[in-house]
Amino acid sequence: MSATPIQRSIDAVTRTRSGPRVLLDPWLLLATLGLVVCSLVTLKGATRHDIAGQPNYFFERQIGYAVVGLLLMALLARFDYSRLREFKLGIYGLLVALNVIVLALGGATRGSRRWIDLPFFQFQPSELGKVLLVVALAGFVVDRSRRLAERETTARVMLLALGPAALVMIQPDLGTALVYVALALSILFVAGTPGRQLGGLIGLFAVATVLVLVVAPAAGVHVLKPYQVQRLTGFVHPSNDPSNATYQINQSLIAIGSGEKTGRGVEHATQTGLNFLPEHHTDFIFSVVGETYGFAGAALVLSLYALMIWRILRIITLAKNLFGALIAGGILSMLTFQVFVNAGMTIGIMPITGVTLPLMSFGGASYLTTFLALGLLQSIHVQGRIAQGTKGRALILS
Amino acid sequence: MIQSPDDRRAPITPQLALRVAILGGIALALFGIVFFRLWFLQVLSGDQYVAQARGNRVRDVMIPAQRGEMLDRNGKVLVGSRPASVVVVSPPQLPPQGPARRRLYVRLSHVLELPTRPQACRIGHDRKRLMEVDCLVQKGVFLLPYADVTIKTDVSQAISGYLAERAQEFPGVAVESIYLRSYPYREVGAQLFGTVGQISAQALHDPHFRGVKGGTLVGTGGLEYTYDHYLRGVDGATRVQVDALGQAKGKLQQRNPIPGNDVKLSLDLGLERAGQAALRTGIALANGIGNPARAGAFVALDPRNGEVLAMGSEPSFDPTILTRPLSDAEYKAKLQDAADFPQVNRAIGSAYPVGSTFKIVTAAAALATGIITPSTPYTDNGEFKEGAIVRHNAGGASYGTVTLRDAIRLSVDTFFYNLGQQLNADPASHPDGGALQTWARKLGLGATPTGIDIGGEIGGTVPTPRWRDERNRLQARCEHAYAVNPKRARRRYSAGCVFADGTNRPWSEGDNTNLAVGQGDFLATPLQMAVAYAAIENGGTVVKPHVGLQVTDHAGRVLQKIDPKPARHVKIPYLYAIQDGLHAAASEQGGTSADVFAGFPAQYPVFGKTGTAQRGGDRADQSWYVAYVPDPVHPIVVACTIESGGFGAQAAAPAVRLILSQWFGVKKEIKTGSSRTL
Repeated sequence: MSATPIQRSIDAVTRTRSGPRVLLDPWLLLATLGLVVCSLVTLKGATRHDIAGQPNYFFERQIGYAVVGLLLMALLARFDYSRLREFKLGIYGLLVALNVIVLALGGATRGSRRWIDLPFFQFQPSELGKVLLVVALAGFVVDRSRRLAERETTARVMLLALGPAALVMIQPDLGTALVYVALALSILFVAGTPGRQLGGLIGLFAVATVLVLVVAPAAGVHVLKPYQVQRLTGFVHPSNDPSNATYQINQSLIAIGSGEKTGRGVEHATQTGLNFLPEHHTDFIFSVVGETYGFAGAALVLSLYALMIWRILRIITLAKNLFGALIAGGILSMLTFQVFVNAGMTIGIMPITGVTLPLMSFGGASYLTTFLALGLLQSIHVQGRIAQGTKGRALILS
Repeated sequence: MIQSPDDRRAPITPQLALRVAILGGIALALFGIVFFRLWFLQVLSGDQYVAQARGNRVRDVMIPAQRGEMLDRNGKVLVGSRPASVVVVSPPQLPPQGPARRRLYVRLSHVLELPTRPQACRIGHDRKRLMEVDCLVQKGVFLLPYADVTIKTDVSQAISGYLAERAQEFPGVAVESIYLRSYPYREVGAQLFGTVGQISAQALHDPHFRGVKGGTLVGTGGLEYTYDHYLRGVDGATRVQVDALGQAKGKLQQRNPIPGNDVKLSLDLGLERAGQAALRTGIALANGIGNPARAGAFVALDPRNGEVLAMGSEPSFDPTILTRPLSDAEYKAKLQDAADFPQVNRAIGSAYPVGSTFKIVTAAAALATGIITPSTPYTDNGEFKEGAIVRHNAGGASYGTVTLRDAIRLSVDTFFYNLGQQLNADPASHPDGGALQTWARKLGLGATPTGIDIGGEIGGTVPTPRWRDERNRLQARCEHAYAVNPKRARRRYSAGCVFADGTNRPWSEGDNTNLAVGQGDFLATPLQMAVAYAAIENGGTVVKPHVGLQVTDHAGRVLQKIDPKPARHVKIPYLYAIQDGLHAAASEQGGTSADVFAGFPAQYPVFGKTGTAQRGGDRADQSWYVAYVPDPVHPIVVACTIESGGFGAQAAAPAVRLILSQWFGVKKEIKTGSSRTL
């Protein structure tokens, strides 16, 4: 019995136990740590007056999430992601179950049910669901990799993604639902689904958007709640009315614009300090960076994301199997989508959705999910390197 | 476990490489968009957002300037300024519409002792039933969106302290310190001063208020409007840093307010009060003989320079009620038709037929055109024929041969009918009338107001052929409108067709003879009549009346004198004859007001003319008296009218005697006259 790839990889990991970290992607690690530091620095300044008497409340918690997240990532990196393919049905089932549970007993906050209250933090299944969906979909696509050109495959994969997306949407968390759709499309794209079918899908989504935002309200059917419509369309016409969703966009624009080239500094960042900027530790943390550290700070953060994206592209090509490439492709789309939608929202070119900025926004669920994804990426990288190594290729770092 | 062959793949197919490249391209494009947008926001338009951020956090809390006071000519305070606490509501900061806001209103009503029961409330054209607080807020938002609404003024220390301590429990409610107007003499001269209020949206464009910021308190009528520039002062401000909830987070700097200057008025408080009392006496006298008088007005001028020594209008009101929010019901009961519109200053804002007081104008016109001299005799046999119409003297009297002096003394109508007939000009060649109309206008009568420095002045009417044609045209148009569509016409001509008598007759000689005795279509305000008589007193100077005298600072230093130039000088030949007649009328046997002034000290010779204007129909006549005393030290001219007061000697003349008595410090006696002349 010849050694299976899994056995080989286990062997490889065992062999290189003395220095497995060498096989991690150092640039990806650099981007990760850089963003964690940026997040901590920004949070420390922005939230020092948020809770009276506890200037480090958010800062300390975020350190905790970061430590746990980094450990989780390291652990996952040592594990061969390929084994997850066996559990794809279980993973998919878990994804659906968690999102159903949250609907059934989730804590209601501001009219939405997205969290399950746990002793130490609020667990947000839709966040974790992003990674679960990436893994599950990648598994399903690999199973049908010979029939990728068939419409049926494309349709099945999309339906598998749309199911959880619908569950998330009624929580309601429109932003995350859109992430699900985006990563599904990306997985199909990396897998090699014909461009015609992908084009058709995008066309379908465009039609659906028009239906939901324009035709259905005109016909008296309201698929989205009024505040959601206002958020989605409000960025086109920012206003000064504080009761209006577009007030947030306006305040965010003022915050970012007033940062100018090098920022106003923590003490003089009045938009953040005087609470004009809503949700400045979570959804609008990019605005805080823009106000406090100016174009320089915002550009640094964006550059770290760009570095991360570049490394993920590289990891797609390094993956030892299709499953890994698809996972990396899904995560690529997940992260790119979140960064663009969140940063775009703060600078007034995208609608307001509850999408967080990965690794920057405060929040355990978001942090751990992102670290899970990064752990998977590192695992793909490690496995790819090992596979290359067994084939006698030179182990090239970077 | 055996790995499926599907999952084994050659590293990098060309297709995958292409797709990865495409994904990279898309990511690059998205990042590029964000980068350029950031560049645009932060580097290219950063200053603009810096300014906005500053505007966000900096609030100027106004410190109102103390408004200057209005003093009488002897320095007594007529309109004061006193600090007070007011409760205001800032509508954008209220809880959202619904039970939360209602609860707040109820709690606030309890604190302020306002009723919580819904009551009628009119907002624009809407009529609703609302709690008083709600009504005031909605009305305020309707009138001045974005401005705070005053709920109650002049609240006690206890209430303002209570609200200030519990600011969290009363979101959107604040206590502010402001200066309120005080009127120590209440009804006295109430119509002259005008009111103070937050500048309206339209008034911001008024050149009179150039440079005034929204929210400033300005004069909105009367003297407050005219001299607002001096009275207003400059509001100060405390610049505070606020957070997103509008809560102050520290003071940045403070600019102290500069109080306004005082305006000294030409009014004499004693005369003002006596005049107001005299009007009430005149009204009571008229009521005593069965005339339904309720309103009247008087003006006292210094004939040398047009300084208004006193001016009053009845019914009057206490302007203090306008310094606090008024409910609809209260407004209706105290300031509208139920109270005969006390805010109207009838001395300048109402034009009346003036009766025989007009005869001096006819006399001046006749003397100036040379159709008579003071000694030209006229034989009165009690009637005056004009075509088929025969006119009689009032009361059917017959005076025999009279000259101008006696005609004025006795108010001989036929004498003036005759002059009116002779002075009538050909309507075709003189559409604006003849010498009579010209002289009326020269003496300050007619459509042009005198230009007094109080708002609300109107002009009167000097009827001319052109005017008559215009009225006939209006009448015809109105009647046509009623014939075509009565419903729509009623909306446009709510009072019906009252422009002319409907006969569509052109100007006739009868119009002029009517005018010569002050009957018919002629209208003038009491102030116009006072100005005309002042010109008789001072030898032909038509003064420009004014109430403002000087602007002084708090130390009493005069900053500016107010002394407008007279409108014009006119030369009246044989003026002494008119003056002689006026003196005789008030002092000699048979003079129309001789018995009213019986016993008045001879050192203060009264020159006066009664007037009794017929109002048509069953309405009681309007009582008039205009007089002057050419005292070398304190000359004065007084015009007084009592609506529905009866004959001039019955109501207006006794009131003028009381006013003159006050001015010269002589015993006040009420005497009515028996003269039944018009």
